[in-house]
Amino acid sequence: MLEIKNLHASAGEKPILRGISLTVNAGEVHAVMGPNGSGKSTLAQVLAGHPAYEVTAGEVLYEGENLLELDPEVRAQKGVFLAFQYPVEIPGVSNAYFLRSAYNELRKARGEDEVDPLDFLDVMEQKLQLVHMSDDMLQRSVNTGFSGGEKKRNEILQMAVLDPKLAILDETDSGLDIDALRVVAEGVNAMRRADNATIVVTHYQRLLNHIVPDFVHVLAGGKIVRSGGKELALELEAKGYEGIGNRELGIGNRE
Amino acid sequence: MSDSIYASQYREFARGAGRTAPDWLAYLRQCSLERFEALGFPTRKNEDWHFTSVAPIIEAAYPRRSTPGGDVAADDLAPFTFGASDWPTIVFVNGVFAPALSSLGALPEGVRVYDLASAVRDNDPLVERHLSKVAPYELHAFTALNSMFVNDGAVVRIATEFEVERPIHILFVSDALAAKTQTNPRTLIVAERHSKATVIESYVSTGEASYFTNAVTEVVLEDGANLSHLKIQRESPRAFHVGTIEAEQKRDSHYQSFSFSTGASLARTNVYTTLDGDGAGATLNGLYMLDGEQHCDHQTRIEHAQPNCFSRELYKGVLDGASHGVFNGKVYVHPIAQKTDGKQTNNVLLLSERAQVDTKPQLEIFADDVKCTHGATVGRIDQTALFYMKSRGINNDLARRLLTYAFAAEVLETIEVEAVRQELERATLQRFTGIEVSAPS
Repeated sequence: MLEIKNLHASAGEKPILRGISLTVNAGEVHAVMGPNGSGKSTLAQVLAGHPAYEVTAGEVLYEGENLLELDPEVRAQKGVFLAFQYPVEIPGVSNAYFLRSAYNELRKARGEDEVDPLDFLDVMEQKLQLVHMSDDMLQRSVNTGFSGGEKKRNEILQMAVLDPKLAILDETDSGLDIDALRVVAEGVNAMRRADNATIVVTHYQRLLNHIVPDFVHVLAGGKIVRSGGKELALELEAKGYEGIGNRELGIGNRE
Repeated sequence: MSDSIYASQYREFARGAGRTAPDWLAYLRQCSLERFEALGFPTRKNEDWHFTSVAPIIEAAYPRRSTPGGDVAADDLAPFTFGASDWPTIVFVNGVFAPALSSLGALPEGVRVYDLASAVRDNDPLVERHLSKVAPYELHAFTALNSMFVNDGAVVRIATEFEVERPIHILFVSDALAAKTQTNPRTLIVAERHSKATVIESYVSTGEASYFTNAVTEVVLEDGANLSHLKIQRESPRAFHVGTIEAEQKRDSHYQSFSFSTGASLARTNVYTTLDGDGAGATLNGLYMLDGEQHCDHQTRIEHAQPNCFSRELYKGVLDGASHGVFNGKVYVHPIAQKTDGKQTNNVLLLSERAQVDTKPQLEIFADDVKCTHGATVGRIDQTALFYMKSRGINNDLARRLLTYAFAAEVLETIEVEAVRQELERATLQRFTGIEVSAPS
């Protein structure tokens, strides 16, 4: 589904990704872990097409297509979804209108008819239950005045509505208490299927108790320094990034 | 100067339609003429007009419209009446009261809405007591110009302790017959002690003619009165519009003003209020949306003349094309006005490289125990929000339009009359998205 080959990216003059290679197949969940500044959030944003980053080398194939040539909205229309680390507040646009616009854009891109507001409410009902949200959340402006937990649940709600093939969760667990974390994880797990894939970017092993990955990759200095199964996350938890970094990876003396 | 085109029109007016005026009114007009001739139209050397040239108005020199008449049918008003058929509505066509188009039959008890010309004919003491007292002709040329021709307009009176639920709509319509003429509508709103009402003042056009509306509105808020006053300026795209609203507020009154301005090629709206009683408050909000070569200038002045008063102000502008927006917000705190609490904000969204804005907050504070803040932002579409929307599959164009709408909607949300808010949201959404639907909710 996704093939990242030797990806280099920079923000302005500053190189952040320095040669990432990673293959994600349908039905898989990959965890990308790493200390602050390792480039894991940048990787997530580059895949979604964030304009702040420039890809300087390498390629990314998504279902055989050059992902990097596509505009962010086209990526989304083709099934790529990024759950933001910091969801953006949009005062003045209701959640319902925002979700319906996005939903209809995706349908249009697939050559399907748009749904009207009433039919869309039916679509929403079950999705709301998935993330334990009440429908008055739909009438509020997008993320405006939402608590941290509400914002993250709103991301998962969007994901549930848009039903992506490739979902990238960028530190969705940060700042969540254990109950909210469980709700988010349950939502993500309920969407796991043989024909979609998930990349979970996280700083902590904690989330991976709830969303169990097939593969774990450790990022440091803009490169994947180690890959393994889910047990690698536990090892990181036990030893810490510095522990692993100093002795095995040589990342302790990074800038 | 004494022989300007306006002076000769004045003489014609004084001999004709203005002939029957009572002495006090004839005197007011005569003094206004003299004052106007002395002041002349403001130039950009005048600090209050620094960013707005009225040269197009001077060059056009549209004469006062001397013959009544218009070609407006009830159906033509539908786009401007907010779908509300049961609001008391007083309609003026090309500056002249149109009883057949007005619906003043079932006014609630405690409310009077009538036309100024008949009020003068009937020697209404309310008019004599207040006219030109709140908006004196001495200071401003356009107010003097209005006052020398003052003849028709609306009078609204809310009696003591009456609360009026339905908004009262004053609708000034110009049609093709207004072309190349000037009208000087005058409105007087008196909210007596502890009354509560909403008054909407609309300036609209059924055509695309070039004409000049020079309006003056005087608002009196007695002790404890609560008045919501919406001004909707949707004049013809080729019109000139100068509108001055002056309010005088007594103790514990609250004046909520909203100025919505999208029309005219050259528009200037002044909203002035004097907080002249302990504990009074003013909320002045507004939204202006411009495109093409439009020029729109708002000047607000809040005078804190007594202690313990508050003022809140939020103006937003959305500028596209080569339009030019101006906002000048003055807050003047008198020495005795301790515990003044004032906040002023002007946010402008520029959609085009050629659009231009001048925003100038002006705080003059002569009391020492006050809290006054002001802030102005001028920006473009938020790139982070844009990326967020695009990452959800929303195309760049729609995302930009929705964000523009959202920027404007934030101030529209402060309009309490639901039918007006929805209509202005709809008009705004349609303007920026081309989507002809109800506002997103």
